[in-house]
Amino acid sequence: MPEQSRNVTFNNVSKLYATATAVDGVSLEIAGGSFVALVGASGSGKSTLLKMVNRLIEPSAGEVRIGGEPVRDEPAHLLRRRIGYVFQNIGLFPHMTVGENVAIGLRLAGEKHNDARVAELLRLVELPGDIAKRMPDALSGGQRQRVGVARALATGPKLMLMDEAFGALDPVTRDGLGKAIRALHDKMGLTTILVTHDMAEALLLADRVLVMERGRIVGDATPRELLAGKGGAAADALVAVPREQAHRLAELEK
Amino acid sequence: MTAAFSRVPELLAQHLLLAFAALLLGLVVSLPLAVFSARNKTVGRIALGFASLVQTIPSLALLALFYPILLSLSTLVGGGIPALGFLPSLLALSLYALLPILRNGVTGLANLDPAVIEAADGMGMTKTQKLWLVEAPLVAPVLMAGIRTAAVWTIGAATLSTTVGQPSLGDLIFAGLQTQNWTLVLAGCIAAAGLALAVDALLGLAEYGIAQRRRGLVWGSLGVLLAGVLVALAPAWPAPRGTVTIGAKGFSEQYILARVIGHRLEAAGYKVRYREGLGSAVAFSALASGDVDVYVDYSGTIWTNQMKRSDVPPRQAIVDGVAEWARQAHGVTLLGSLGFENAYAFAMRGADAKRRGIRSIADLAPVAPTLNFATDVEFLERSEWAAVKRAYGLSFKSAHPYQPTFMYRALSSGTADVIPAFSSDGRIAADHLTVLSDPRGAIPGYDAILLLAPRRADDIRFQAALRPLIGAIPVEKMREANYLVDRDTDKKSPDEAARWLERGLAR
Repeated sequence: MPEQSRNVTFNNVSKLYATATAVDGVSLEIAGGSFVALVGASGSGKSTLLKMVNRLIEPSAGEVRIGGEPVRDEPAHLLRRRIGYVFQNIGLFPHMTVGENVAIGLRLAGEKHNDARVAELLRLVELPGDIAKRMPDALSGGQRQRVGVARALATGPKLMLMDEAFGALDPVTRDGLGKAIRALHDKMGLTTILVTHDMAEALLLADRVLVMERGRIVGDATPRELLAGKGGAAADALVAVPREQAHRLAELEK
Repeated sequence: MTAAFSRVPELLAQHLLLAFAALLLGLVVSLPLAVFSARNKTVGRIALGFASLVQTIPSLALLALFYPILLSLSTLVGGGIPALGFLPSLLALSLYALLPILRNGVTGLANLDPAVIEAADGMGMTKTQKLWLVEAPLVAPVLMAGIRTAAVWTIGAATLSTTVGQPSLGDLIFAGLQTQNWTLVLAGCIAAAGLALAVDALLGLAEYGIAQRRRGLVWGSLGVLLAGVLVALAPAWPAPRGTVTIGAKGFSEQYILARVIGHRLEAAGYKVRYREGLGSAVAFSALASGDVDVYVDYSGTIWTNQMKRSDVPPRQAIVDGVAEWARQAHGVTLLGSLGFENAYAFAMRGADAKRRGIRSIADLAPVAPTLNFATDVEFLERSEWAAVKRAYGLSFKSAHPYQPTFMYRALSSGTADVIPAFSSDGRIAADHLTVLSDPRGAIPGYDAILLLAPRRADDIRFQAALRPLIGAIPVEKMREANYLVDRDTDKKSPDEAARWLERGLAR
């Protein structure tokens, strides 16, 4: 039975470290099927909040639920197999071919003969099929991240967590991959949470933008609302930069 | 030359087996320990600290330490644990193999790319899956380098297992060193170095195969290694029942007498093998525990070292006392004296002694503080030395221990002025040494005595084969035989010297 899109709920979630509070009592509901961007400066707690969903980080207080089920009720490794996870440093397994990397989730689930599925996934992320036989170190940064996305999608998860997934890529690759991800999101009916420090990226890709500052959500609006100045002071400051850049570019074109 | 290399295949096989077994045991212990150490910092600190500590113990001492440890362990569980031979060698060498494997394993795991680990967790791998699918293959090349180091160290240190009675290529090196047979030393060194290089090359090939992800290369090179071990295993199956083990300490006379005993037993239909180069302290225990069936010791050695006696009765009383004690305390049979004595005898260069007018240890005492003393490796620790010091108030300007051969060299070259020579040594006459008398009787008699293991106590056929040796070897014959081996030119092997000695006995 395919996994259905489900809500992700944060219920008064906090993460405290010895010297700092990374996440400070966040309560939040993310609707199934939405594409949400989590924006903030580094150290604002956005990555920590994201990693509490697939339990790479355990909260100090509060709970996270997916589809109403607390994530802590399930062994972490089984939970993670149902959630796609893509992050900035990609972490392709250097001793496995691209094909083996993409198929690893299927292999963990005990499935064999995954060549056809691997070819399909590579097509999905717009990579040539013959790349499956190559080793990760023979690929460009953009190709590697596409493989990372294909690997995350292999088991057909309905929830995707992306942590600065495009952070290390050049602007052209970054734009192309962003569009591809949005297209996949729509095509496969995913729920996607994208952590990024780039407001322009968030505005262009997401349905809903959450702004984090010092462990709290300080802005929550649609891109249209944000551009209309309805997202609050912190959000306005972040939106001002790409808006001003866009105006200057428009000036130049005149 | 060919004679020197004739024992190489047999010893090479033993050497390879020992080193391989030690490496395997080291791997079995250190691999899980490395994983555990990488997961838990405290465990890691303790494990690495212990392994480093082991490395600081000289390998010879580590081997020697296992003898008393295993002996007391054996007593604790009511016997049955062999304290000599394979087991202590295996344990000591395994400990030696720990550090490089452990260190490389822990370092390799600690230096893995955190992104790869995060991906493994993010994909939903369990700890075990992460270890086998990701960590193990990525650490393998680093780990393999550690295993190679361990293999080379183990093969090198295995030469020292000779001293605890485990045959290895060290047999050639130690025997060669004692009898100044450099061909023998060279044969041992070349074989050991060749073995180390070959094993290192095979493991290196496997390492390269892992790095290049070429499975065929990995399994091929490991397969060759395994085949080598299997070939080595063939002659090493437990000796057939009825094989006699003849012990010998580490000097020429012992090597020769072991062969004389061996030839007689072979003539009587026994299969024999030799455990040569045993430490003086180890030899008697090896006999008492049955690891060795028969060997020659000296009455005074047992009297002072094993029985801890400091009185010095007449020679025959010592032999009788030793016989009684050996039977009562250990069930060891003293078959009889061979007919000569090999006592510690203080000796000087003849001309030097004459010039100084020294004829006895008593004459030596007043000038001793201006003279240098060279001894064999154990004399300074022996109670005879304490007894001599007590009786004469001897105190030398310096006292240095040497291998026996070099002790004589030190005296003849003038580096030393006095040595405790061996009275049956052919070099006393050959080097024109003056033996000093012992007017106060501080040094006990050292009759060469034939000692039999407890299980040979009632073995009439065995004893009958050896009885003709009792009282049959006069000291002059022994000196000549020793000199055949010890002299610098036209050296004979201990086996040839033994044949020569036997011809003299037959007449």
